[in-house]
Amino acid sequence: MSETMTMAKALNAGLRRALEADPKVVLAGEDIGQLGGVFRITEHLQRDFGPERVIDSPLAESGIVGTALGMALRGYRPVVEIQFDGFVYPAFDQIVSQVSRMRFRSMGRLGVPMVVRIPYGGAIGAIEHHSESPEAYFAHTPGLVVATPSTPLDAYWMIQQAVASDDPVVFLEPKRRYHEKGEVDLTEPPLAFDAARVVLEGTDATLISYGPMVKTCVEAALAASTEGRSLEVIDLRSVSPLDDATIRASVEKTGRAIVVHEAIRSGGIGGEIAARLQEWCFYSLEAPVLRVTGYDLPYPPSRVEKNYLPDLDRILDAVDRSMAD
Amino acid sequence: MTERQGPDASETVVTPGGTRIVRSEEFIQLLTPEGERVEAEGFTYDHDDATIAANLRHMVLGRRFDTEATALQRKGQLGLWPPALGQEAAQVGSGAAVADLDMIFPSYREHSVALMRGIDPLDMLKTFRGTAMVDWDSVAHRFHLYSFVIGTQALHATGYAMGMQRDGVVGNPDPADNGAVLVYFGDGATSQGDVSEALVFAASYDAPVVFFVQNNQWAISEPIERQSRIPLYRRATGFGIPSVRVDGNDVLAVQAVTEWAMDRARRGEGPTFIEAFTYRMGAHTTSDDPTKYRERAEEEEWRGKDPIARVRSYLLARGAIDQAWLDALEAESEELGVRVREGCLELPEPVLEDYWELAYATLPPGLAEQRDAYLAYEAGFEGEDAR
Repeated sequence: MSETMTMAKALNAGLRRALEADPKVVLAGEDIGQLGGVFRITEHLQRDFGPERVIDSPLAESGIVGTALGMALRGYRPVVEIQFDGFVYPAFDQIVSQVSRMRFRSMGRLGVPMVVRIPYGGAIGAIEHHSESPEAYFAHTPGLVVATPSTPLDAYWMIQQAVASDDPVVFLEPKRRYHEKGEVDLTEPPLAFDAARVVLEGTDATLISYGPMVKTCVEAALAASTEGRSLEVIDLRSVSPLDDATIRASVEKTGRAIVVHEAIRSGGIGGEIAARLQEWCFYSLEAPVLRVTGYDLPYPPSRVEKNYLPDLDRILDAVDRSMAD
Repeated sequence: MTERQGPDASETVVTPGGTRIVRSEEFIQLLTPEGERVEAEGFTYDHDDATIAANLRHMVLGRRFDTEATALQRKGQLGLWPPALGQEAAQVGSGAAVADLDMIFPSYREHSVALMRGIDPLDMLKTFRGTAMVDWDSVAHRFHLYSFVIGTQALHATGYAMGMQRDGVVGNPDPADNGAVLVYFGDGATSQGDVSEALVFAASYDAPVVFFVQNNQWAISEPIERQSRIPLYRRATGFGIPSVRVDGNDVLAVQAVTEWAMDRARRGEGPTFIEAFTYRMGAHTTSDDPTKYRERAEEEEWRGKDPIARVRSYLLARGAIDQAWLDALEAESEELGVRVREGCLELPEPVLEDYWELAYATLPPGLAEQRDAYLAYEAGFEGEDAR
């Protein structure tokens, strides 16, 4: 059974199914009840599951995450919504100092099975603090799983897998893709939660990406194919932990790798992947691993975002440089 | 909602630095520093002498453990220790108000409460000796892990209380079917945003949680005047939470007030904020030196309000205990001291091998590779001197 739906609807349907499947699942966040969230991801869920399970929270991000941790200690599986990426920082301490390490600091006795949902990334014409890519902060923290879907199909299944995970998950939702449609198979998850996906197969170079940039990479690969270049595209899906085997196998095959993400370059996921690739397959590489990323600046005013965010041309330019070496 | 506010005889004073603060010395007290039983409006003490004697025992044992641990740190056997000397009544009185279905969220100084909950003192030392993270079963003992980030646990406690609401263990007709959460933090923690957020959430959802502030007057070297211009208990009023200030060195009053608050919470009447007005006689932790930031006279004044001496005087005067009882307690205390002193040195040394599986429920393949590489590297040293 499959349906065509937007990522927003897929997330809504996935959350609905998680609420139905386990009475211990609770949702919390600002404006998620009556309003259904500013992006309407939780629309009608409070109506159908009640205010005890879909909780409108006070405007306090540390409070939302910290109380969710307490509920998790009581046996619940909280799924909290941070309204926008730039508002997660007030909850940063709770996520990295408390949520991520409760299992470790309790000597393995206490798990905190909770999900922190964060709409992230740029290109929606937003003002300051409403476009951020904070994934590297969380990927740097042991104990957290950082995942991000790129399609409605993955959104539907990955949010359910995140809720079912016994590890805390920072679940990043690419908000520029919320309203793009795709086919969703409602019967069987396509992949394991921690697996990367080969979106397109190719032989000349590998584009490694995740979240909002996967679609852009696919577009770049299709454009390159008209020029006779065969690009492989990998969607990481799990930013942390990384699916090393899939990345490695692809780059050993193609000999060239370009990591693409919106987030700031320095200290980003791209650097981590480049380092791993030169450790694993130095002798298979035909060219240095390149990165196409946001610049080391805060997200700029939205009217110049198009110059800041990686786009098809920047990716193709990197492919040219990689192939020229 | 505020009928139980403590008597308000506060006064405005100006500190030498020119800061205007309101200071209040009024609180609920049932036993004077001289050991005389007094009454307080609105609060009664319903327990017999045996309960008071049991509290005295917990206080004496708690102080002994704390004293031994402080000494162990001074001998270099612990990396750090947060002494609780002088706060035994605040801890034991509140700990005595906890029932079967309740849950406690401590900060990192509630050593006497931990002992009351049956936690092995040697398990508590592990954290401070560096031989383990926090190594007790918080679910079995209904006493959560120590938290070292100031005030963070106020949110965890409030969330846990929200979970209790959803579990239906609040507001039932049978009192034995109800539970509540007791969370400890210090006066310094009230400056933290997390504590304010916890008060917002607790009030907003009527969560069954009791905020128990041990106002020991000092946040390391910062006096209470640096934290608040009003008595701490009055902060809660702004959140719509009933509050009371209690003599934190009076174990009877602390027990009575905490029982009242916990009962309210269990009945579904929402959160309460208790300020236990007490004093930390020692350092914040063994890494600071109180002589650098406060006057000896202040400590001497509080020494006269010792929480243990007054209970002992009271019970002796009533004939509820005698010297033989005290001798037996001293013997038990000495036994605890020996066990702590000797057991600390025998705590097993940790090995990193045991920690790879603890960060994630499911060990990620990349981390498993790091573990294997570590083990292979370490194996290369076999037969050489221990690293």
